[in-house]
Amino acid sequence: MAILKVKDVSKRFGGLKALSDVNLSVEENSVHAIIGPNGAGKSTLLNCLVGKLIPDTGSVLFDNQSVLGREPYQINQMGISRVFQTPEIFGDLTVMENMLIPIFAMRDGAFRMHAYETIANEKEVLEQAEAMLEEMNMADKRHMHAASLSRGDKRRLEIGMCLSQKPRLLLLDEPTAGMARADTNNTIDLLKQIKDERDITIAIIEHDMHVVFSLAERITVLAQGTPLVEDTPENIRGNPKVREAYLGEAA
Amino acid sequence: MLGLNKKDTSLLIVVAILTLLAPFILNPFPSDSAMAQFNAGYPDLMQRFVIFGIFAIGFNILFGLTGYLSFGHAAFLGVGSYSAVWMFKLLSYNVIPAIALSVVVAGLFSVLIGYISLRRSGIYFSILTLAFAQMSFALAYSVLSNPKFNLTNGETGLQVYADDPQILQGANAPDLPHLFGLPMRATYTMDVGAWSFDFNAGYYLCAVIMMVVFYLAIRIFRSPFGMMLRAVKSNQQRMNYTGLNSKPYTLAAFVISGMYAGLAGGLMAAMDPLAGAERMQWTASGEVVLMTILGGTGTLIGPVLGAGFIKYFENIFSKINDNVLHSWFAFLPDGLEDAVVFIIHPFIGKGWHLTLGILFMLVVIYLPGGLVEGGQRLLNWIRRKSVGGDDTREGKTEPAE
Repeated sequence: MAILKVKDVSKRFGGLKALSDVNLSVEENSVHAIIGPNGAGKSTLLNCLVGKLIPDTGSVLFDNQSVLGREPYQINQMGISRVFQTPEIFGDLTVMENMLIPIFAMRDGAFRMHAYETIANEKEVLEQAEAMLEEMNMADKRHMHAASLSRGDKRRLEIGMCLSQKPRLLLLDEPTAGMARADTNNTIDLLKQIKDERDITIAIIEHDMHVVFSLAERITVLAQGTPLVEDTPENIRGNPKVREAYLGEAA
Repeated sequence: MLGLNKKDTSLLIVVAILTLLAPFILNPFPSDSAMAQFNAGYPDLMQRFVIFGIFAIGFNILFGLTGYLSFGHAAFLGVGSYSAVWMFKLLSYNVIPAIALSVVVAGLFSVLIGYISLRRSGIYFSILTLAFAQMSFALAYSVLSNPKFNLTNGETGLQVYADDPQILQGANAPDLPHLFGLPMRATYTMDVGAWSFDFNAGYYLCAVIMMVVFYLAIRIFRSPFGMMLRAVKSNQQRMNYTGLNSKPYTLAAFVISGMYAGLAGGLMAAMDPLAGAERMQWTASGEVVLMTILGGTGTLIGPVLGAGFIKYFENIFSKINDNVLHSWFAFLPDGLEDAVVFIIHPFIGKGWHLTLGILFMLVVIYLPGGLVEGGQRLLNWIRRKSVGGDDTREGKTEPAE
């Protein structure tokens, strides 16, 4: 069953047609990669999925509910978590607090005036955060300021924060951009582990072919705002149209 | 204790002891000695210490936690004062309904201003709040003071007149603000040898209220709500993509700090039943910003220290005049004495703002964490100096954060 359906989505910025008639569906519990050369409209598409942009035409359905016109926090509450190209974490807060916030958000909703309670008494939330830190191998860093983590650790933390909300769909925007090879491989391993251990759908936008071909089960190639092909990695690799449009020199 | 951890409890206890014993602590010099002018233990000044402490604690909940810098908080202070005086005029001189109303009205007023100002952040938010505060000042100073509808009594300031209704004012009740019959001006003076200490009813009312709201501020700082406010400051983008709506969080912080300001304004009127528009002017808003930054933004105790620091120097420096200076430097040869007095002259009396400006610059440049950071550095330095290196001992008054 498709958990995310994008139908006939178009988006214009002035004279530039960023997306035209994009149709895409992401199957539940799969890893779906969206690739394409620079300017293909990958980021625009992603922003339409999370509520940052509203497409001019078309619809975006998550679990058969439209996400259009909803604020990013409402879309998150529906079960979509997003990982950013540069890790977006709470730099001034400790690693532990970073992990607590999404869990509170999941439990209490978009706003709750819990001004008189003490965090130290929220045993259940603390346990969940602790467990997620263990899973991310970051328990020893729990008192560190998140801003002082290494790039790879920031990424791990961000992914952990997203996972702690038990999302049904995890959106990753170039998760290994600007990373050293070792950090990239660690991130790939982490994502593989997440895919194997959880009931989760992952949609990933990526430049790095190494990452795409080691993770994806389906690949959509976007070029000039329209999907060129959608297929399995093996077929994409051999597809001459794709080679021409995108892989050209890389393959 | 009281649902606080050990560190916060000891901080609260230290603050409680200091405020309760303030009449002794602030009067260290015998009353007829030359140093007596540095004594700060008189009721009027002690009241201002705690009232501005409350104001700054509330301001810090907004500015210290969410990072939204409001330049219009004096508007809530003024609104609180006007509400309290109106309560004196209509009901009675009892301070409880007056203070309660000032908190409520300031809260409602801050919902309105906050809702509009928080549509923007950063410098635009500051400018919006400043604009609102100046509009409130103009309203209070002239617009809402005309013969047909006199809400604020303009330049003269709002005060209680003999022909006001005061429907609940009993026949025997004191004719000035009181707490169930205990006048706020009641002062018991204790003479011990050459020293004299003033125990003022109004000060102790303010001090108890400050301790309560300080305790509430600690609770807010340690609550999930407080953490969310720090998250607003740190990364709103991540917050929105984590399923949290940052707008109600910032509005709630704004309203809470507005209510603290209203409480301070109400207490000010309860100590002296007069409310003037100048209380809402932008200089007053700027003062609380200075207090918070000087003391230590985002720390628990910093704003209180900053408020005390500024109010102390405001009173002490502005009292020193050339005659006092001449008497201090009388031991110098005449020409030199005049020269020294000439140099110091601009920094005292009415020029004390110059001193404040220099102190503020020094703090911001060398101690960005304010007086709290200064205290922590001092503690660390002393700890490093003490032999044996007993690292197990924790600094007791070292504030959290």
